[in-house]
Amino acid sequence: MLYAILCYDSEAAVGSWTKEQDAAAIAKLDVVQEKLTREGRLGPVVRLMPTTAATTLRKGKDTIVLDGPFAETKEALLGFFIVDCASLDQAVETAKDLGRASSSSGSYEIRPLRLFRPGSLAT
Amino acid sequence: MSAIAWIDAALRGARPQAMAALLRNFRDLDLAEEAFQEACLRALKNWPAQGPPRDPAAWLIFVGRNAALDGVRRRRSERALPPEEVLSNLEDAESSLVEELDDATYRDDILRLLFVCCSPELPATQQIALALRIVCGLSVTQIARAFLVGESAIEQRITRAKSRVAGAEVPFEPPGAVERAERLAAVATVIYLMFNEGYSATGGTAHVRASLCEEAIRLSRLLVRLFPGEPEILGLMALLLLQHSRTSARLDSDGAIVLLEDQSRELWDRDLIAEGTALLDKAVRHRRPGTYQVQAAIAAIHSRAARAGDTDWAEIEALYAALERLDPSPVVTLNRAVAVSKVRGAEAALEMVEALAKDLSGYFYFFGVRGALLLQLGRGDEARVAFDRALALANSAAEAAHIRTQIDRLMKSSH
Repeated sequence: MLYAILCYDSEAAVGSWTKEQDAAAIAKLDVVQEKLTREGRLGPVVRLMPTTAATTLRKGKDTIVLDGPFAETKEALLGFFIVDCASLDQAVETAKDLGRASSSSGSYEIRPLRLFRPGSLAT
Repeated sequence: MSAIAWIDAALRGARPQAMAALLRNFRDLDLAEEAFQEACLRALKNWPAQGPPRDPAAWLIFVGRNAALDGVRRRRSERALPPEEVLSNLEDAESSLVEELDDATYRDDILRLLFVCCSPELPATQQIALALRIVCGLSVTQIARAFLVGESAIEQRITRAKSRVAGAEVPFEPPGAVERAERLAAVATVIYLMFNEGYSATGGTAHVRASLCEEAIRLSRLLVRLFPGEPEILGLMALLLLQHSRTSARLDSDGAIVLLEDQSRELWDRDLIAEGTALLDKAVRHRRPGTYQVQAAIAAIHSRAARAGDTDWAEIEALYAALERLDPSPVVTLNRAVAVSKVRGAEAALEMVEALAKDLSGYFYFFGVRGALLLQLGRGDEARVAFDRALALANSAAEAAHIRTQIDRLMKSSH
């Protein structure tokens, strides 16, 4: 089963890292991702830009395009991993592995995928 | 990073938050500044031994507030508060403090301070000088340079502004939506000038200058959150990110200035460029152009060129022309002249530059550009005169060194 591990954390805290701190944090997570890749379990990995770069389209008869929404709450969605796991237990273990390698606080939300299309983007 | 460099960066980074909170507490600029200074002195004493506190701003606010209150109490011969040595390790005292001073409070504090400084009772020049001094902690020399005026004039502006703020008892409350919008342009200017000071390398270490730029970016991000539909604020943040993306390419390993066309573009920060470009795209959608958006668009054109030779100078010239219409100034015309030299040659550019001689007679960059154009036209003797003048006006060792390199090149080619 495919799971999304959604990363929530304080945008302000993560955004205040220096370039070096940011690179170090990413490097630590890379180690876990390399392991998952070797096991053939890692799908797409996404890191989002801060919510200040976000635009919202309100659907409806007349669509409205808005700037934002900006994270007003302490935690915002910062990115996600797609991981193949045999069970929820394994998904939780994988999230724990990532959590141990993570340099921030916040939380991971583990959500099973209902539909997954890998798409055709060349990366 | 050495302990002192780290503390220096932390103090600078925490300054706006700490000053704002202290000001809210004491409602007196001088008292707040004194409290902040005192807290900084104590930080320098305590942090190297005890390690950095989890939240430097909260520490400075707490200690600054206590130091000032302590002074008052001592004068009243009351019992002193516990010493801050006890406080820096502290889980309990600090965690409640951190909660108390959560992001929302910080944001309002900084805004309050920026917006108090930009109060309409003060003339625009005083507002901005005061904010640069109080919020950003720039020196009078640095502010004078930003305004292209003398130091005594700035000193006077700040003194007058302070006494007017004190005398008028300007309320230190968060201004309402209307007042905020009215003062937004001045606040944006402060952030822009703060970034420029960090970027243009007068005085201080490279490290300190980078932290000024980062603080300006952080403040611009707060402004974007508070004014989500304001394209110029998006444009400002885009501009700062795009400029900042080139930081590590702008000086070589000896600290010498590397001109844009000679910079190694692999050193440009692609993440900052991507975010800056995304913000500019958002801004432009509003179809309400402004000076920050145009400047960001110019920076974005440079970012897009894989090699210096790929730069779309015609588009840059058009954008500078747009900037001249939006906000005419001799400095903008000087920049357009640089673009013109790339599109139509040095002669056309020099003609534009000569017309600016009176307005920019004290401006380092003017003589640098003039010298370079004269050099291109093979007028070495005149170029030498311009470079000598630039050398006399250089604001930093790096600027002076850059001009000296030009002169050396000139001397070699003439022999």
